Amino acid sequence: MIFSTLAKRTFTSTAFNPYKVTVLGACGGIGQPLSLLMKLNDKVTDLRLYDIKNAKGVATDISHIPTNSKVTGFSAEESDGLNNALKDTDLVLIPAGVPRKPGMTRDDLFNINAGIVYDLATAAAKNSPNAAILVISNPVNSTVPIVAEVFKKNGVYNSKKLFGVTTLDSIRSSRFISEIVNTNPTKEKINVIGGHSGITIIPLLSQTKYGSTLTKEQKDSLIHRIQFGGDEVVKAKNGGGSATLSMAQAGAKFANAVLSGFAGEKNVIQPSYVDSPLYKNEGIEFFASPVTLGPDGIQEIHPIGEINAEENELLKECKETLKKNIDKGIKFADSRK
Amino acid sequence: MVKVAVLGASGGIGQPLSLLLKLSPYVSKLSLYDVRDPTGTAVDLSHINTVAECQSFNKDQLVDALRGARVVVIPAGVPRKPGMTRDDLFKVNASIVRGLCEQIVQTCPNATVLIISNPVNSLVPVAVETFKKFGINDTTKIMGITTLDLVRAETFLGDYMNHSRVTTVGSNQFDKRRMHKVVSVIGGHSGHTIIPVMLLKPMVYMMKPGQYDSFIHRVQFGGDEVVKAKQGQGSATYSMAYAGYRFVEYILKSIQHESLEGLGYIPAYVYLPGLKNGSIVQSKLGSKELEYFSIPINLINGRIESVDTTILDKLSKQEKLLVDKAIPELIDNAKKGQKFIRNAAKL
Repeated sequence: MIFSTLAKRTFTSTAFNPYKVTVLGACGGIGQPLSLLMKLNDKVTDLRLYDIKNAKGVATDISHIPTNSKVTGFSAEESDGLNNALKDTDLVLIPAGVPRKPGMTRDDLFNINAGIVYDLATAAAKNSPNAAILVISNPVNSTVPIVAEVFKKNGVYNSKKLFGVTTLDSIRSSRFISEIVNTNPTKEKINVIGGHSGITIIPLLSQTKYGSTLTKEQKDSLIHRIQFGGDEVVKAKNGGGSATLSMAQAGAKFANAVLSGFAGEKNVIQPSYVDSPLYKNEGIEFFASPVTLGPDGIQEIHPIGEINAEENELLKECKETLKKNIDKGIKFADSRK
Repeated sequence: MVKVAVLGASGGIGQPLSLLLKLSPYVSKLSLYDVRDPTGTAVDLSHINTVAECQSFNKDQLVDALRGARVVVIPAGVPRKPGMTRDDLFKVNASIVRGLCEQIVQTCPNATVLIISNPVNSLVPVAVETFKKFGINDTTKIMGITTLDLVRAETFLGDYMNHSRVTTVGSNQFDKRRMHKVVSVIGGHSGHTIIPVMLLKPMVYMMKPGQYDSFIHRVQFGGDEVVKAKQGQGSATYSMAYAGYRFVEYILKSIQHESLEGLGYIPAYVYLPGLKNGSIVQSKLGSKELEYFSIPINLINGRIESVDTTILDKLSKQEKLLVDKAIPELIDNAKKGQKFIRNAAKL
């Protein structure tokens, strides 16, 4: 009797901030390692893995890891699989969809992935309208507006809870600058704004100490590398896919930040592609900039800060493309009944 | 700062294992080698902003992959497919491990070599015999990773405790992250050779009747549980990547001279005659024929200083029975691996 009380005290714990997390597309190239990383996150107590099929296999594998979250696999083959995966969840990660092949732009994925995201968003709107929705499926510039339209159609839209995951661009920026100036990549941080593809990605080098020490060639080459980092991986994988492991890390890092915000931690600031007031007056509804994360999702959207003339040019081009990407997503959503 | 080489980096275990290694602050260089060109995986991982530099090496570049490696992890090989016997699996993977070890011996003989490829019970002897064949008698750095069995024991024990008669109070759940303080595993890395050992013996009595036997069975056949759930799509990859990383981190911490206190009784499958107190294990188990066994190890600078034999003094009656049952199979498995190298050498 005494032993059992001692055991209970030594070996039990209460999770102070228990969160339910759902991964839609859990069996994919990103979904699987992402699910592993979420299983290793102590803030998660209930992990739901959903995919067209094979979800129970991945769930069983991951469930053997000794952290305090229950793991359940749900597939499209079961009735209500998707609904049950989403019911009452706190955070939804959506990596579902197809990846790029060499030569493809993120926009080329639109036709397939737009439909997938639309359907998943509809289920989320019905089953977990208050959850944070983190969109990874490309082209993010267009799929995030699709989710917004779906939630609006269902009368449950809350712009504070919708995020396009752009974290990988920041991670790449830190890594790439550290390679040029030979520093520790964990200590580098560049403010990346705009969107999540090619020329819509704008790293604000002028805001770093390297703004004045790099040559123009170095800056142009660095900006290009950050903007087309995704292509670098697609090419290296030679038809075998796009970034999966680094994207899983980025998704897990951002999801952890959102959960930290929910838990009331202070000063949780991460970049994200969100429904933004910054350029709404120019007809651009969504834009990526640093946001403060809090108990209700987005607490504050930060402006981009001071930029120089070259960056202003990049911003102009970015906005032109973003507007088209956003309108394409909205049009797609409106065309679906 | 340390260079780690992953041999088999493109595979189902290799990729997530490489991700976890890339995220580790203890790794300065990560060498990814596979017969299936791992360039894509290496470029993918290289974008993560941690310190480790990633390089990829294809099938002709094993020497470059190994040069300067301080730790070599081997998940390379094939998993069992429907219709394949353990023997078929052994033949394929033994050749792979032999080939890799023949190069390790020539390029980085002082590296710590960690075997994940199955069947571990037979492949660690393949590695040890290959080293001996090349005249290297120090085998204190060759280990088979059995951490997945420990991981499963911790998880399943937590599950059973939560369902036991000593029920949860309020929302208190047994903290699975602390289960390493109450359980370890010894023996081998397959079926009945896996023996969970309670470090706090009374825990056995905290389980509902019959649950103890279910718990033992579940740890022993946890691998089958995943194979079945994956319906022919493979075996454990993500839990194995986690377990593999956990063991490599244990080795890396010992190389960095960091304290290993509080990490638990982490076992490894090792060659007893090559160790300072290996013969004590043999005498406590009552078998001179048993040369390979998984037991908690004491590390210094990435090599086994000694094994912890005290765990054998505290075995319960049930645990002793499980050990006795496992010994003949362990001896057989090890002999198979030894013969593979010794018989070939005779030709």
